[in-house]
Amino acid sequence: MDTRDELRILEEAIEKIIAKAKELGLDFYDMYFEICPADIIYTFGAYGMPTRFSHWTFGKAYHKMKTFYDYNLSKIYELVINSNPCYAFLLEGNSLIQNKLVAAHVLGHSDFFKKNLHFKRTAKNMVESMASAAQRFREYEQNYGRDKVEVFLDAVISIQEHVDPYSWMGAQEPKEGQQAGKKSSWTKENDLTNGVEQKETPYDDLWRLDNLQKSPSVEKQKEKDKKFSPKSQKDLLLFIMEQARDLEDWQRDVISVIRQEMLYFWPQMETKIMNEGWATYWHLRIIREMELAEDEAIEFAKMHAGVIQSSRFHLNPYYLGLRIFEDIEKRWNQPTVEEKKKYKRLEGEGKKKIFEVRELENDISFLRNYLTKELVEELDLYLYQKEKDEWKVVEKDWAKVRDEIVAGMTNCGYPYIVVEDGDFNKRGELYLRHCYEGINLDVYYLEKTLPSVHQLWGRTVHLETVLDERKIIFTFNGERIIKRFI
Amino acid sequence: MNGNYVVTREDWSLHRKGEIDRQRHQEKIKEALKKNLPDLVSEETIITSDGQKVIKVPIRTLDEYHFYYDQNKKTHAGQGDGKSKVGDVLAHEPNAGSGQGKGAGEEPGLDYYEAEITVDELAEMVFEDLGLPNLKPKKKAELASEAVEFKDIRKKGISSNIDRKRTVLEAIKRGALSGQTGLTKITPDDLRFKTWELTYKEESNAVVLAMMDTSGSMGVYEKYIARSFFFWMVRFLRTKYQNVQIVFLAHHVTAAEVNEEEFFTKGTSGGTRCSSVYKLALEIIKNRFNPRDYNLYAFHFSDGENLFSDNELCLMLMKELLNQCNLVGYGEIKNPVYGYGDSTLRSTFKKLTDPRFVTVIIKDKNYVYPALKKFFAPAQGQ
Repeated sequence: MDTRDELRILEEAIEKIIAKAKELGLDFYDMYFEICPADIIYTFGAYGMPTRFSHWTFGKAYHKMKTFYDYNLSKIYELVINSNPCYAFLLEGNSLIQNKLVAAHVLGHSDFFKKNLHFKRTAKNMVESMASAAQRFREYEQNYGRDKVEVFLDAVISIQEHVDPYSWMGAQEPKEGQQAGKKSSWTKENDLTNGVEQKETPYDDLWRLDNLQKSPSVEKQKEKDKKFSPKSQKDLLLFIMEQARDLEDWQRDVISVIRQEMLYFWPQMETKIMNEGWATYWHLRIIREMELAEDEAIEFAKMHAGVIQSSRFHLNPYYLGLRIFEDIEKRWNQPTVEEKKKYKRLEGEGKKKIFEVRELENDISFLRNYLTKELVEELDLYLYQKEKDEWKVVEKDWAKVRDEIVAGMTNCGYPYIVVEDGDFNKRGELYLRHCYEGINLDVYYLEKTLPSVHQLWGRTVHLETVLDERKIIFTFNGERIIKRFI
Repeated sequence: MNGNYVVTREDWSLHRKGEIDRQRHQEKIKEALKKNLPDLVSEETIITSDGQKVIKVPIRTLDEYHFYYDQNKKTHAGQGDGKSKVGDVLAHEPNAGSGQGKGAGEEPGLDYYEAEITVDELAEMVFEDLGLPNLKPKKKAELASEAVEFKDIRKKGISSNIDRKRTVLEAIKRGALSGQTGLTKITPDDLRFKTWELTYKEESNAVVLAMMDTSGSMGVYEKYIARSFFFWMVRFLRTKYQNVQIVFLAHHVTAAEVNEEEFFTKGTSGGTRCSSVYKLALEIIKNRFNPRDYNLYAFHFSDGENLFSDNELCLMLMKELLNQCNLVGYGEIKNPVYGYGDSTLRSTFKKLTDPRFVTVIIKDKNYVYPALKKFFAPAQGQ
């Protein structure tokens, strides 16, 4: 069979799958399916996006994934991009049934990207934004030298998680025409994520830049911000980008890009279980309703089993998400007598309910609301911890297991660090505070990361945290780390 | 409502991004390895390896640093087979005693990077900075061996020896003459072939006289240092000479030629008289290795605790050794805990001003690499 026939057969299959998905109620973006060789899929996997900028850490990730693939240890079947239209990359050499599963799976993702509330603010043209950022970075490399750009990127990447995805909450919604000058600099545009909704033409960004330059109040505003830094700013990247004194324009641009990209990826990080569970639920559902030959059915079952395989060391988001969605559907289809009475739950509402859940929740609320005692016990979930040199199961009580899992998802599992002062000691020093919630920071990594912050800030930096129940400040002054309990 | 779709398949063969960044990562690994050379040179797995093995080297500098929680102090979630209970052991931390390489091992924790390199690759890096001083032409030309060397380009030849670059250049040149740019069709006339010539290569020989103090004061640690040094010394000399022989000489009050195993493992007790081994070395040179035919390298490891009355004799014999050898080294291994100051033997050797005499002091494993660099400093004594 030549490749054109293959493509035609796949097209026919996808046609049917799409029709079925629509019939079942999925609402997704226009789809681009692209068939790629393995090393391309792995490149995309490592970068998170086909067009992203170059950095050795991506090369490292790529190398690792590719090696696992080469040794047949793991395989990515697909990659899907949150964009409109939605890009889905299929692995060359997938069998037809594999591609059917994958196509159904990515329709689930596409529906999730389009309908889940937390994705509402993500830029849908990120493929293009990232490409143009990558192009600018290449120019910076040419102008300022590869090593210089790389060292700077290293530093920014090391604190890239410290953004504030919820800065828009509580802040005034930007209104068209007046965003530039009046808003506090925390939500100031050149912030693609916030801007995207009001976008009418692809050039709106540019007009806005015009406004920025024209508006005389911007500079004043900046001055003001320097003096009256708002308390507890979580968006470390934004703070540094705007307030660090010695950064050059290209450096501020690099920070801005990495921040935007982090904000773009954030909703995917905080809905991993739901998103994968939802996609798994739908590939199962759609393929079950299609006619399969016997050998196809067996291959499908095998592949699906691979997807939902559990691990003793971590939660499989595909499996956990799938089971929770199935459980919700069941419980809302056939509520118990008590549920009927107490919550006035009607029968047969399962489907409506799972669509509602996929729209409103993220992983934290998803698990907190729907990971039940029965599920925890049936799935045999537990907590384990290191005791001396052994990793041991330490907790089986369902509520504690659930609560700890949920707690671990706070801030996508990263320590919550805020800027307390950008002019500490009246010497322009940066004072960061880790909001301690019972878990120590890794001191080795802390001491290696703090110099990156110093590199960006250009002056002495401090980080306050808690070690062994005592408050401690780590200070890096450009030469060495100083520790001091307070 | 949308939901239209396209299925395409494009040519991705020019998409090299992942590969390019992967190479950059590999470069960084190499840089990191270079920085760690002093550590790696005395790595036990290398010294005791058969020489071909791939070794794994932890590279901390390629960690990606972020603010993380202490993985060892927080709980993680997992899924059992339905029968799990509190107290079940999921995994053991490997090499709990080694103290290095945190978070290694099973799934939990952060991964740290392990690069795989072969001993040869490592050797290449080590040897990059080493040179061979004081080479003297040796008479043993009668042992010359035949060698094949590609040094000529001709228009006729066998097709497996086509010189592609020159062939393409010829085609481009011919095209350019007739006004065409770029590569045109390659004609038989453009073909260029590499051709060999027979040359005679002189056989070069080197002999290492490895001398070691095996008196009671030389412990396992001291011998290990000496062993690392000789390991690299011999490997390095093998890249320069076709034949490298090593003669192992052990001594305490008296000296004897021993085999390699005895040299590194056997310990005797008693005092030390270094002159005994120098005498033996000179005898062996006289009987077996004429300095006119061989490049001689002598190296002596000791902790310097020599009989005081013996020192003057040592100095005299050492001068004699210098006359015979390309390079003579004396390495004093200091115990890291209580060894300090110069030994009387070393003080005596300070009177030697010949640049071909090199002394090194080794205080711990990390000094082996600098010692090698000092001994094989490229331009020394010339």
